[in-house]
Amino acid sequence: MENTEDKPASAEATAGKVKIGWFSFSCCEDNTIVMTEVMNDHWQEWKKIFDFRHVRVLKSKNIFDEFDIAFVEGAIVSPDQEKQVKDIRNISKKLVAVGSCAVLGLPANQRNTFTPEQKESIDFLITRFGSLPEVKKLSDVVKVDVEIPGCPMSPTVFLEKVNSLISEFHA
Amino acid sequence: MHSFDLSLEHITKVEGNASLNLKVIDGKVTDVKFAITEYKRFFTEAMKGKDIAAIPAHLSRICGTCSNAHIMCSIEACEDALNITPSAQTKLLRALTMHGLMIRDHALHLYLFSMPDIFGKDAFLDLDENNPIEHQLLHDGFDTKSAGNFLATLIAGRSVHATNPVIGGFLKFPEESETAEAISKLEAVRPAVLRLIEIFKNAPFHFDRQTKYMALVPEDSFGYINGNIITSHNEKYEEKDFRSHLEHTVLPYSQASAYTYNGEGYMVGALARINLAKDKLHPKTKESLKEVLNLFPATDIFYNNLAQAIEILHSVDESIDILSNNKFLAEPIMKGERKEGAVGIGVVEAPRGTLYHKVIIDVNGKIKEGEVVVPTGQNQINIERDIGVLVQSLIDGSTSLTVGKSEYADGSDMAKEKIAFEIEKLIRAYDPCMSCASHFLKVEWEEK
Repeated sequence: MENTEDKPASAEATAGKVKIGWFSFSCCEDNTIVMTEVMNDHWQEWKKIFDFRHVRVLKSKNIFDEFDIAFVEGAIVSPDQEKQVKDIRNISKKLVAVGSCAVLGLPANQRNTFTPEQKESIDFLITRFGSLPEVKKLSDVVKVDVEIPGCPMSPTVFLEKVNSLISEFHA
Repeated sequence: MHSFDLSLEHITKVEGNASLNLKVIDGKVTDVKFAITEYKRFFTEAMKGKDIAAIPAHLSRICGTCSNAHIMCSIEACEDALNITPSAQTKLLRALTMHGLMIRDHALHLYLFSMPDIFGKDAFLDLDENNPIEHQLLHDGFDTKSAGNFLATLIAGRSVHATNPVIGGFLKFPEESETAEAISKLEAVRPAVLRLIEIFKNAPFHFDRQTKYMALVPEDSFGYINGNIITSHNEKYEEKDFRSHLEHTVLPYSQASAYTYNGEGYMVGALARINLAKDKLHPKTKESLKEVLNLFPATDIFYNNLAQAIEILHSVDESIDILSNNKFLAEPIMKGERKEGAVGIGVVEAPRGTLYHKVIIDVNGKIKEGEVVVPTGQNQINIERDIGVLVQSLIDGSTSLTVGKSEYADGSDMAKEKIAFEIEKLIRAYDPCMSCASHFLKVEWEEK
């Protein structure tokens, strides 16, 4: 049973709003925290212009149907995650890679550069949980439209990119 | 009696990813598997060979929201290995760093994750701005988070992956005008925090259970960095003992290591801290909360939320005190000695409970071994056990949450949906952090 999908919010409540998805893969989720801190000063404005359609850190009843902007943080570690991020790409007008793990793969991909002895010591865990042999950055798996680097991302750069994307949708 | 399986692939409004599989046969809960599904990123393996100076920033990346607690804990461990005793001012700045973290992180959990359950909303942003109470809480929530964020940023450089605190001291120091602004912001949110405490004191959810509580308890005033590890059975362990009193347990279905104490689950976090050290809270906090503090020690897991709200007030009062009574001057960074095989231990109270770091270095200060024990790993077995007891009591009709026995016992989709909601509320009360819990590869220690 998937408890995170639910009936869409009323069309009236979301009409004309920019549909937002926020997804986290393998990372420390620092960008999610920064986003919630940026929200301290922008929540009233965001409430008016954004339809937070799938943001698990904010809500339980998430909808996975279509996004104007999908923000994705974290590196890709497993075949399941590869499929998930491709699914996100397929239903998103813009896909934004957020933070160092998504943009560069680092530091989530630090095992890629382990010595043969280190790799051997973790091999049973890679096998047990069905991880990929090598951790991938987001652009290794899907087309990325916008990158917001940083560990964590800079709130200023995040706002600049968000505002620029909103302008595109309202143009 | 019905039989059914219930699987939650994602738990929402928590830090990171977790899942749950639950089996009910003939009305009896027979199996509960609470799995932390974040993939391991092998931080303790990756730290091997790195210079000790790089370790606090490296281990900070285990977890975004707890990052400043990891930095404080790692610095303590590294300074222990390098034989550095921090200055009095550095200790104050570190205390302020932790207070900023507690205010910001607890406020995120209480307002954005837990409060919607109380108001029957899906999200905090769904609170009604036209309702005076909900309007006030919306502003309270973001203002309180913002005050914590401001304090953390002022003192530590950033509220996530702080840049100012390093081994041996701080790289920047707050100006008097900046500390005045911080005091003003903290004073402004104090009434909001009192309202928050009232909300969680009166919250309608309760789940009583007996377990052991464990926390790092300072000898003097309530804090998050110094002290001894104390249990609710009056056992006491020194920081230097690291985790010798804990038993590591592998849950093969979970990416995280779990721990027991004397073979049983136990709880760390705000509820443990307030249960064990409420008498050490700031005098102004105690003065404001006489009646509320009488509720502790408590065995109601949902009072972990109330305990977090109390800690926000303590951190506000303590920070105002420290900022009002101290001027911060530039100090040089202290240097230590790099000795072959030196061992360093750090123990702090992170927002979700006791956090342990250990390093062993070589003569050049390179890391030979490292180990990290995080709060959510320690709470994992308790969470699992509580879910089993909760679901059984829902089915049996032996809990105040149960409206009607058949509501939960018939195995229908509606029953499962309601049970899933109650489980999520319980898990959220623990405020677990899965990013932390799945960070590492278990190291087998060979002390030389």
